[in-house]
Amino acid sequence: MKILIIGGGMAGTILANNLARRLPQELKSGKAQITMLSASDKHMYQPGLLYLAVGRTTPDELYRDQASLLEPSIQFHVDPVEHFELDQQRVITQSGKTFGYDILVIATGSRMYPEGIPGLSEHAETFYTEASALKMFKRLQSFTGGKVVVTVGVPHKCPMAPLEITFMLHDYFKDRGLSDKVQLHYTYPINRVHSLENVAKWAAPEMDRLGITYDTFFNLKEVDGANQVVRSEEGVDIPYDLLISIPAHKGMEVLEKNQLGQNGWLPTHRTKLTLEGYDNVYVCGDTTNIPISKAGSTAHFEADTLGENIAAIVKMGVPVREYDGKVFCFIEAGKDRATYAMFNYQTPPDPKAPTKAVHWFKMAYNKLYWVSARGLL
Amino acid sequence: MAERKIVDGRGSFCPGPLMELIVALKNSQVGDELEVLSTDKGSANDIPEWVKKVGHAYLSTTESEGVWHILVRKTK
Repeated sequence: MKILIIGGGMAGTILANNLARRLPQELKSGKAQITMLSASDKHMYQPGLLYLAVGRTTPDELYRDQASLLEPSIQFHVDPVEHFELDQQRVITQSGKTFGYDILVIATGSRMYPEGIPGLSEHAETFYTEASALKMFKRLQSFTGGKVVVTVGVPHKCPMAPLEITFMLHDYFKDRGLSDKVQLHYTYPINRVHSLENVAKWAAPEMDRLGITYDTFFNLKEVDGANQVVRSEEGVDIPYDLLISIPAHKGMEVLEKNQLGQNGWLPTHRTKLTLEGYDNVYVCGDTTNIPISKAGSTAHFEADTLGENIAAIVKMGVPVREYDGKVFCFIEAGKDRATYAMFNYQTPPDPKAPTKAVHWFKMAYNKLYWVSARGLL
Repeated sequence: MAERKIVDGRGSFCPGPLMELIVALKNSQVGDELEVLSTDKGSANDIPEWVKKVGHAYLSTTESEGVWHILVRKTK
């Protein structure tokens, strides 16, 4: 059985290794074959970009060679897919090669799309790529005071990022002795400071305590860079001296070019993780259109489910379990305190007060991630 | 031609039904009607409040077997 995984990010890598560990005999005998196609020979730990943006890590800490993370039984090619021919059960890559499959997993991830808001790319700092995070840090270093405004587009990768960057910026400026010269102002698209009600109930008083002001029901419409003003769909204008953006995201362009899904998000069954209309095509990680968080943990837990199910299909012909919507997100509440939110389709999160212990566990996880990626944790 | 779309936010705590609606509206045409499905009763207040604030048309809310159906029309 040929298993083809498109994408070497968190979802694809955890899944490939999970499967390889479940199917050693099948891979050895040739009964099963796992192939991964990726656009890069490097693997980035994307959550680390948050720390890069405030000077708390360096770029080299965020990367490993992709091949070094994969079980030797996985056939890995740096050769991104250009054409999906799902009815023929094959894909065609940039180099012109054709790969057939019995089971396909699409895990191509997402990308920020600041271009959707006039003026945003030109005037805002962000941290969703290495280059933008470095640029943001250099901008922060030269900033000596004024109003810092955080805007949030939807959908975006990492639901905690808006809160985390805001609290981390608070501590960053405090450490530089600029607390009395910097006004942090947070905005959020809905009528509270976070989509998760219990997280919002914790975060709003925390912002009040720290002197961070906020506007809710603020959906960015445009950035007037000449006058340094952000303008919302709701008709509110906010002046800024430094603009920090959590931009809206899209799925990968190749999916749009192949007319799959909408905006690069693929219509995915919320428990089976199958692509609508195809029983042998699965979607994993940010690429789904499931209405849950686009987060590393979502990718991880989906990959765990698919690893178990695809291995069971190889061995027994049927999947064995359903994805329950599990998500687990750390929430950095500054430079040295953190909490977390865990939830699924049925149960909302109940975050506790931030502690130093959870922060240090998050710091440890930033290193342990490489064990997760190998399918061991 | 205007369409009727379903925005299925059932079981979505994060990003949640309102965020799903915001995204869906961006991808819709003026005149389209969007029916949000939500298992969060808070949506019955939050969604009409935002829809009116931003200037789209709030049409109706009904509840059936624990699922709220909130109908809005994109007007701009």
